[in-house]
Amino acid sequence: MDPFIQSLHTAFALIAEAEPRLLQVVALSLGVSGSACVLAAGFGLAGGAALAVARFPGRRALLVLLNTLLALPSVVVGLVVYLLLSRSGPLGSWGLLFTPTAMVIAQTVLVMPVVAALTREAVEASWQQNGEQLRSLGAGRWSAGALLLWDERMVVLTVLLAAFGRAVSEVGAVMIVGGNIDGHTRVMTTAIALETSKGDLPLALALGAVLLGVVLLLNALIALVRAWAARAHGEAPGSAPQARPGAAGAAHG
Amino acid sequence: MAEPALIALDQVGLRYGAHEALCGVSLCIAPGERVAFVGANGSGKSSLLRVLHGLLAPSVGTRSQGVAAHGRALRFAMLFQRPFLLRLSAAANVRLALWLGGVRGADAQARTAEALRRVGLHGEAARAAQALSGGQQQRLALARAWALQPDVLLLDEPTASLDPSAKREVEALLEEFSEHGMTLLMASHNLGQVKRLARRVVYLEHGRVLADAPIAEFFEDAVAPEARLFLKGELPW
Repeated sequence: MDPFIQSLHTAFALIAEAEPRLLQVVALSLGVSGSACVLAAGFGLAGGAALAVARFPGRRALLVLLNTLLALPSVVVGLVVYLLLSRSGPLGSWGLLFTPTAMVIAQTVLVMPVVAALTREAVEASWQQNGEQLRSLGAGRWSAGALLLWDERMVVLTVLLAAFGRAVSEVGAVMIVGGNIDGHTRVMTTAIALETSKGDLPLALALGAVLLGVVLLLNALIALVRAWAARAHGEAPGSAPQARPGAAGAAHG
Repeated sequence: MAEPALIALDQVGLRYGAHEALCGVSLCIAPGERVAFVGANGSGKSSLLRVLHGLLAPSVGTRSQGVAAHGRALRFAMLFQRPFLLRLSAAANVRLALWLGGVRGADAQARTAEALRRVGLHGEAARAAQALSGGQQQRLALARAWALQPDVLLLDEPTASLDPSAKREVEALLEEFSEHGMTLLMASHNLGQVKRLARRVVYLEHGRVLADAPIAEFFEDAVAPEARLFLKGELPW
């Protein structure tokens, strides 16, 4: 049998059997990326909405910086967080390096700019179009920002799912700060890299299939939520949110 | 003795960068007046409404406003050509405006129900605002404005995007609101509507007031030659 087909066969067998090693890696991946997204949402949504409605000197420069951070390489994030958490670094005393917490921190840093920048874009577009009407109703800048954030909740949801897609599929940052320790900090992407280098293609493929499945599930979820929202709000399907970022996405280095 | 002005503008100018939207505008609005601002596109009607509301501060000149009964601060509400309604139910949109205006609890519930009933949308309270027709959305925006119990209602081309039947419904509601003492200030291209709703007409051109006259006088003997040309539809748009 073709080695690729044979690997695929073994991969699906591993998934079907719910192999414990596979489950552990998948669970840690989802836990780390999910936690990072929750943290990034906390800061990114509030920060993005505030940036959308606030006007202050240096705002443009801040936006350029924020948009630049969208292309932040994950290995750079990993390196910076590594330096901060390493024994000789400023946060070395916390003893977090090579723990899942360090991985959460790194992924939070990685996806927060995504959440903040895309939220800022969506809320600002609505602010420019509708801010005057909200002000005429008596809303201040901050309350208008919060209302528009809520009004753009479908876009926000897509942003969060896209952020999760970015987090769960990155390998560089978690590899550096997590160390890819078996049973402790090994996640899907680092396991795929390791198993491929060892020649254990079935496990690597199984993990790849699960990763793809997670991203597929996210995109299906986005489509379902959008369709539900369009029905609930009486909008034509696909016409709802204004600034739509791309769907939850492909793997990132 | 003349009634004290509700809003007064004195030599007001407004600039957007190099563009001069308003220049040397002086106006007095008395309580309960129904004033229409007319003029070609870009004449400054909408900017003037926003200055009267207080949404835009004059670049030069002064804007002053009086107080309502018992020394209460004046309440303003504005109706736009395309109202912005949040992705919420019709009732929630009204309640939200009341919440922003500091009205909460049972009072907000009662005022929401009354406002929706008044504009004939009580049966649509739970429906998503975005799912309403254009005319219904404008009526909902009117309900939202009415619920705030404003002293001054400003209208920026309030029926420009509506069909004739929806136009009539909105006009009937505005007529009713005005009869209860609300001051109406409207910018409109629709001269028929101006005739039906306004009692005073202010004609603007390039941000300047060229005519300010009672409705009959304006239409029968438009005071400025430019206004006469505008009425004849002879101005370039």
